[in-house]
Amino acid sequence: MSNPITFALAGNPNAGKTTLFNTLTGARQHVGNYPGVTVEKKAGAYTFPSGEEATIIDLPGTYSLTAYSVEEVVARDYLVQEKPDVVINITDASNLERNLYLSAQLLELGVPMVIALNMIDVARDRGISLDAHRLSALLKVPVIPIIARSGKGTAELMAAALELARRKSPWNPLHISYGEDVDLALQTMAQCITTAGFLQDSYTPRWLALKYLEGDSQIQEKGRRNNPAVDKELQEIVAKVGEHLHKTMETYPEAIIADHRYGYIKSVLRQEVIAHKFDIDRLHASDRIDKVLTNRFMGPLIMLAILLGLYKFTFTYSQLPVAWFAAFFGWLSAHLSTILPDGHLKSMLISGVIHGMGGVLGFVPLIMFMFFGIAILEDSGYLARVAFMMDRVFRIFGLHGSSVMAYIVSGGIAGGCAVPGVMAARTLRSPRERLATLLTVSFMNCGAKLPVLALLTATFFSRSQAQLMFLLTLLAWVVALTAAKILRLTVLRGESTPFVMELPPYRFPTFRGLLIHTWERTWQYIKKAGTTILAISILIWAMMTFPGLPQSEEQNFARQRQEVTASTAQTVDNQQLKEKLAAIDTAQAGSTLRHSLAGRIGITMESVSWLPGFDWRTNIALVGGFAAKEVIVTTLGTAYSLGETDPENNASLSETLAKDPHWNPVVALALIVFVMFYAPCFVTVVCISKESGSWKWGLFSICFNTTFAFLLATLVYQGGRLMGFAG
Amino acid sequence: MPTVPLRQMQKDQSGTITAVKVGGELGRRIRDMGIVPGTRITIMGRAPLFDPVAIRIMGGTLTLRNSEADHIEVEIA
Repeated sequence: MSNPITFALAGNPNAGKTTLFNTLTGARQHVGNYPGVTVEKKAGAYTFPSGEEATIIDLPGTYSLTAYSVEEVVARDYLVQEKPDVVINITDASNLERNLYLSAQLLELGVPMVIALNMIDVARDRGISLDAHRLSALLKVPVIPIIARSGKGTAELMAAALELARRKSPWNPLHISYGEDVDLALQTMAQCITTAGFLQDSYTPRWLALKYLEGDSQIQEKGRRNNPAVDKELQEIVAKVGEHLHKTMETYPEAIIADHRYGYIKSVLRQEVIAHKFDIDRLHASDRIDKVLTNRFMGPLIMLAILLGLYKFTFTYSQLPVAWFAAFFGWLSAHLSTILPDGHLKSMLISGVIHGMGGVLGFVPLIMFMFFGIAILEDSGYLARVAFMMDRVFRIFGLHGSSVMAYIVSGGIAGGCAVPGVMAARTLRSPRERLATLLTVSFMNCGAKLPVLALLTATFFSRSQAQLMFLLTLLAWVVALTAAKILRLTVLRGESTPFVMELPPYRFPTFRGLLIHTWERTWQYIKKAGTTILAISILIWAMMTFPGLPQSEEQNFARQRQEVTASTAQTVDNQQLKEKLAAIDTAQAGSTLRHSLAGRIGITMESVSWLPGFDWRTNIALVGGFAAKEVIVTTLGTAYSLGETDPENNASLSETLAKDPHWNPVVALALIVFVMFYAPCFVTVVCISKESGSWKWGLFSICFNTTFAFLLATLVYQGGRLMGFAG
Repeated sequence: MPTVPLRQMQKDQSGTITAVKVGGELGRRIRDMGIVPGTRITIMGRAPLFDPVAIRIMGGTLTLRNSEADHIEVEIA
């Protein structure tokens, strides 16, 4: 065979589409992106018993084929442009009427199709009996009952799809009657389209006319570009029908069309296709669980416990693998530093490459654990309940109920991490709300900011450290939510995306599904973010190393070393000699940093940084903090020429700061505020860019956050000074 | 039988949708999910802060915000 057969999987979210895809393709999957959008494109391979191969494309889950969401546009464009041999439409048999709404639209498109009645066992338990043969005869497409979870019926399904593909029948659009007014308009428009040969390459006239009547902006835009005259003519007909319908029935063409589609489905199902043994409103097991889990009082408490559990799971259990990675990279750099000669290559390999790779891979266990936890919540159906319960609160800030997850993982409970937090925002389906979440989660107090906050609070506010840390966590929430609101009122202005969503019945997630989910997302992080992070890591290393000390100063340090060695040689005290040499090394590291590009930036920035009260040393540390926030402590140590400073054990730095006349509680507080809110670390920036699909947003987060932090820190410092706290 | 906006319905109350008076994206979304005239609807409950509302429709459960429910009229039965 020259061309392998292609099947496209289409269906509602929660109909079991992903489960079927996993069952059919197993681990033979490939995840990519549709060009220009952040929607995942999943393809897999299926082998028939005969040995024949087929490619299966998992289209994004949609309820409809209009063009309102990216998912719908992607699914529809794929069908129309790529023309798969057969569409496998997976439907939830326990909720068939609504699921057939998408099927009806696929039939109207005319693509060769097989319908899979999934979860036929669940339907039976709910007292629903379905006549697949009858449904097949009425819809004129094969209908196969399956259980995607166990694989029952999937062989028959694939056989039916293969047979249909072999027939190579032309597309055969279904014509549903939409009532007199709309049908008449459709006819006139279809005629006009045919005569003009308007957009005839991929669409049938009636379908195009239907989309115009439905107010489909994507198709209308295409039409306008293709032939403005015909587009205008069609728009006029649409306007006329719309006006008429509004006057006579107070309704819209799109409403009439939807009503008639459901009418068509009802008329099919009524012909002895479906029988309910119980009342349709009967409470199922899932509803009884909901009585507890979404209970007005118990619900939020249980949710808090579950989210806390997820948080603990992610950050506690990932510690061990994180430590392994750290130990491995520690060993690697120690090993390299013994075998490589001193110089820039060694410095770059150790500080740039190995630290960079450690930075990339260090997040992997975190991301894996978090996605595993989220996959459980998502696949079981609980995540939708979280959104349901939290929506009222988050909506105030222009966000969505699902945003809560991202905030908590990012450090809503102090000590999280914005990288998995940014990735957790994937569960949001509303574009504006998602972007607002992406851009504000980094305001939370992540684990890397904590050493900085701990150092400063311990040094300057030792008596009320615990209270202050708690207040800072609250401050992070207030700032993040306020910033989200500001964004939604300015750059992300726009009506909130409709919230209408499904509360799917609770289901036990399949272990295999969880593993595939987790691995897929983790691998994407490694692949997409990894390379960029490595490159930036080397760049930052270069900034903090070059252009190096001028020769005269290098010689100066060399001379000092010689003098020390010569003078101590007589006393034969090795220990003392080592200490003295180390002191010179530290002093040299301090001046090298000052001479480096980062140092120069730090010094230049003093011209503005006096406003929030930062000196050049702090500035350098903050520049370094872009690599990772915990670097702020280390860099501050180097800038004060204290040598290697362990972020966790910083007694000497703390003492130095306490004694330094430049420092006082007001400066410390201004710095705390600045560190909390300025540019996210570049790993987060890379993730924001990848997740939003544009570097523009990554750059935006750097500028927006830094400006915001600068203003706030200036306010704190200048305000504190005016009130006379600066001592 | 009285016709009321969905927002005013009580928990466990049922009825038949008589009108969905909204167009555009929201109207489309609402109809995509099966909220169309002639369909039976039951209130399953409300979120802890009384908004959004959970409804049973066509055998499945949906949630929508009160502001979205305002466009939907139901004949109580």
